[in-house]
Amino acid sequence: MILPLLAGALLLGAPRTIRVAPGTALPTISTALGVAADGDTIRVGPGEYREPELVIARRLTLLGEGWPVLVGGDHQILTVTADDVTIAGFVLREVSPSATDDRAAIKVRDAGRCRIENNTLIDTFFGIYLSRAAGCVVRGNRIRGSGTTEALSGNAIHSWSSNDLRIEGNLVRGHRDGIYLEFTTGAVVRDNTSSGNLRYGLHFMFSNQCEYTDNHFLANGAGVAVMYSHHVLMERNTFAESWGSGAYGVLLKDISDSRLTGNRFDRNSTGLFGEGTNRVEVTGNEFTRNGWGVRIMADAHETAFTGNRFSGNSFDVSSNSANAASRFRGNYWDRYAGYDLDRDGYGDVPFAPVRLFALVVQQNEPALILLRSFFVSLLDLAERVAPVLTPRMMEDPRPLMQWPAVAP
Amino acid sequence: MRGARKILGYQLRDIARNRWVIGYAAILLLLTEALFQLGGDGGRVVLSLLNLVLIFVPLVALSFGTLYLYNAREFIELLLAQPVGRGAMFAGLWGGLALPLSTALLAGVGLPFLFRAGSTTIPARSLLVLLGTGVMLTLTFTAIAFLISLRFEDRARGFGLALLVWLGCAVVYDGLVLLVVTIFSRWPLETPLLVLTLLNPLDLGRVVLLLDFDVAALMGYTGAVFQRFLGTALGLGIAGLALVLWTALPLLLGARRFRRRDF
Amino acid sequence: MNAITARGVSKRFGRLEVLRQVDLEIPAGRITGLVGPNAAGKSTFIKSVLGLVRPDAGELQVLGQLVNGDERYRARIGYMPQAAHFPENLSGAEVLAMIRDLRGPGVASDTALLDGFDLGPQLDKPIRTLSGGTRQKLSAALAFLFRPDLLILDEPTAGLDPIASGIFKEQLAAVRERGASILLASHTLSELEAHADDIVFLLDGRIRFHGPVTQLMERTGFANLERAVAALMQGGAA
Repeated sequence: MILPLLAGALLLGAPRTIRVAPGTALPTISTALGVAADGDTIRVGPGEYREPELVIARRLTLLGEGWPVLVGGDHQILTVTADDVTIAGFVLREVSPSATDDRAAIKVRDAGRCRIENNTLIDTFFGIYLSRAAGCVVRGNRIRGSGTTEALSGNAIHSWSSNDLRIEGNLVRGHRDGIYLEFTTGAVVRDNTSSGNLRYGLHFMFSNQCEYTDNHFLANGAGVAVMYSHHVLMERNTFAESWGSGAYGVLLKDISDSRLTGNRFDRNSTGLFGEGTNRVEVTGNEFTRNGWGVRIMADAHETAFTGNRFSGNSFDVSSNSANAASRFRGNYWDRYAGYDLDRDGYGDVPFAPVRLFALVVQQNEPALILLRSFFVSLLDLAERVAPVLTPRMMEDPRPLMQWPAVAP
Repeated sequence: MRGARKILGYQLRDIARNRWVIGYAAILLLLTEALFQLGGDGGRVVLSLLNLVLIFVPLVALSFGTLYLYNAREFIELLLAQPVGRGAMFAGLWGGLALPLSTALLAGVGLPFLFRAGSTTIPARSLLVLLGTGVMLTLTFTAIAFLISLRFEDRARGFGLALLVWLGCAVVYDGLVLLVVTIFSRWPLETPLLVLTLLNPLDLGRVVLLLDFDVAALMGYTGAVFQRFLGTALGLGIAGLALVLWTALPLLLGARRFRRRDF
Repeated sequence: MNAITARGVSKRFGRLEVLRQVDLEIPAGRITGLVGPNAAGKSTFIKSVLGLVRPDAGELQVLGQLVNGDERYRARIGYMPQAAHFPENLSGAEVLAMIRDLRGPGVASDTALLDGFDLGPQLDKPIRTLSGGTRQKLSAALAFLFRPDLLILDEPTAGLDPIASGIFKEQLAAVRERGASILLASHTLSELEAHADDIVFLLDGRIRFHGPVTQLMERTGFANLERAVAALMQGGAA
C-alpha cells in the first residue's frame, strides 16, 4: 500500500499532498513523514495522535485540519531540522519538564525560514524553541503553560542565535518567560500579548537591532527585562501590573542607542528601571500609578526623557546618587505646581522630580517602612515650603503644563 | 461588674450627646464622603483614609480623653461617694469614653461605605482592617489619656503631655526611625525595624494596613520581611498582642492609680 | 453607736500634714458642725469618711462599719459636695436615676426636698442649661433622696437663695427628727449656731474642740459662735 505511493513520489518529483487521519491507510504522522519528499504538504485530520518524537528533516508543510491534537510526553513533539518548514493548525499538548533537556512542543534546530502559525500549545515545557533558526515567522499562536515554579517551566517562545525573526500576534502565558531572545539580531516582535508568566513577559539579552511594537505585557512575575543589547526600538507597548517586590515594567540593563516611544507603564512596582544605559531616548511614554515611575541609576549616560507623562506614581523619579546624569525635559508631571506666565505651554520654573524621601529610600531601602507615614507627609510638605530641601538632580527645566501637550 | 455596666450606661448617654463626639463623627463622615466624591473607587478611599485614621484618631482620643477626665473630676467624686467600687468606676468611665469614640469612628468612616455597598468595588477586608486598627488605636489612646490625666493633677500639664505623646508617636518616632536607618545603613535592619514598629502602635497600625494593600510590593525586601512575619499566625499573634498590650498596659496602670489615689 | 469614729487618723499630702492623729467620736442622731479655717483639714476629713481619701494611718468607722475599701457602707451615706458638677448632657432626672441605679434596687426615697425646691419642671432639661443655684438644689436633693442614716454636707447653703436655704434647714431638722446623723461643714457660723448640736473645731489637722455648742460658748465666754471660734483660733491649742 505504501510502496506505490512512495514509488509515485519518487517518479513524479512534483509537490504532493499527503493526508493523515486515524482509521485510514495513513493513521500516523510518522509514516507520512517517512514517505514525504521535499516540497510536499502533509494534511493531518482531526483526532488525537500519540507518536514518538517527529523529526521533520525535509522541506515540508504540515497543516492541521479540524485541530488535530498531538500529545507529547517524555519527549519533544516536533523537531524541525530542514529549511522552509511550515507548521500550522495543530494543538500540541503535554511535554513534561526535564532538568537536563530543553524539550519543546516545536523545536527548530539549525534550519532557516520556518513558519509556525496558528497553533495552540498547552502545558508544554518549552513552547516554540528556535535554535540557530534565522528568518523564521512565529505568528498567531496561543501558548499556555501552567508552570508553578521557574525550574519546572520553560519559555513559551524561545530563541537562541536566530536572526531576523518575526514574532507576531501570539498569545502567551503561564510560562517561565513569555518571549525569550538571546543572541537574536533583527527580530520584529509585535502585537503579542504576554501575561501571567512566572518570570519575564519578555526577556532578551545580546539581541541587537530588534523592534518591539504594540505588545501587551501584563502581570508578569518580574515584568520585562531588556539586557546587554543596542539599537533596540520599543514602541506603543503596554507594560502593566508587574506588581511585587523586584518586579519592573521594564528593566533596562546595559542598553545603548535605543528608543522607547509611546509606551504605557501602568501600575508596576517600578515602571522603568535603567542601569548602565547609554544614549537611550525615552519619549512620549506614560508612567501612571506605578510605585516608582522611573528609577534610573547614576551609571546611565545620556539617557533623555522628553515629553513623557508622569501621574499618580508614589515616586515619579528616583536615583541612587545625587550625581545621576540623565536628562529630563518637557515632561508632564502631575505634582508640578508651577506657573506659565509666558503661556508657551511650559512651566516657567523647573520641576525637581526626585523627592527627598525617594533619595533616602534609594540609599537605604529599609526606610521604606515609613512609606505613607505622617512624618514623610511632613517631609514632602517641608519640601514644598522650602524647595531647598528637594534634591536638585535631574531637574526638568521645561515641565509641560498640560497633558496631552497643547500647542501654544 | 454590675456597677461598671450601670456607670457605662449613663456615660454612654452623656457622651453620645456630647457635641464634640457628634462633631467628630460628622467630620469623619464628611471627609470620607468627600473622598468618595473626589476619588471614586473604594480602594483609593481606604488608602486615603489611612493617614487620617492614623493621625486624627489618636489625636482626638488623647485630647478628648484627658479633657474629659479633668472635667468630670467633681462628678467622679460624687459617684465615688456612692456605694460603687473603684474598679467598676474606672471600667465604666473608660468604656463610656472609648465606646462612643469608637462608634463615632465606625459610623463616620463606615456609613459612606455602607451607602455604596454593592455599587462600587469596596475592598471589604482592607476596610475591616482599617476600622479595626482605628478602633484599636481609640482604645489605646483613650487608655493613655486616662493614665495621663490621673497622673497629673494640673490639667494644662496633662493636656500638654497628651499632645507630646501624640507628637512623639506620630512624628518624632518616625523621624528617629529614619535616623536609625540612615546611621546604620550598613547593617541588616529588617529585624530591628520590625521590633521598632511593634513598639509604636501607630507604626504597627500603619504597617499592618499597608501590608494589607498591594502597596506592600513597593516596600521591597523590607516589606517582604514584614509580610513574611505578619503572614504567619505567630507574627500576626505577636502584632495583635502588641496592640492589645498597648491598650492593656496603660489601662492597668491607670486602673491601679485610680484605685489608689485620693480624690 | 457612733455615727463616725476616728482613731489616730493621719494623712499627709507630700510634705503637708493635713490630718494629725485625729481621734473623734461623733454620736449618732445629732447635727455636728465641722468648722475650721481654710486648709484646716475639714475636706480631707470628710473625704476620708467617704473613702475618697485613704488615711496614711489610723482607723475610721462609719455607722459601725470599718472603712476598708468595701464600698457597701456608703449606701447609708448621703453626700452633698461643695460644688455641684453633673454630666452636662444628662437631664436632672437621668442623674437622679443614675445614682438611684448605683445604689441598687429597693432604696428608700425621700422626695421632700425635691418637692420643696419645686425641681420637677427643671428635671427634664439637660444639666448644661441649668443655673448654678438650680444645680446646687439638685445636689442637695440628691443627698437627701435616699433616706441616708448619715448626711455629709459640705458648705450646703453657699449657693442657695434665702428661700431655698430656709427649706433646706427645715429638712435638716426633719431628718434629724427621724434619727439620722448629720455632719455639716460650714463657714457660716451663725447658721451652725442655730442648727448644730455639736461643734468640731479643726485647726492644722488637729481637733481643737469637740462638744455641744453651749459648752463651747461657756468655755470661751462668748455667747456668739463666731466670737467663740475666733477665740479658739487665737488661743491656739486651748
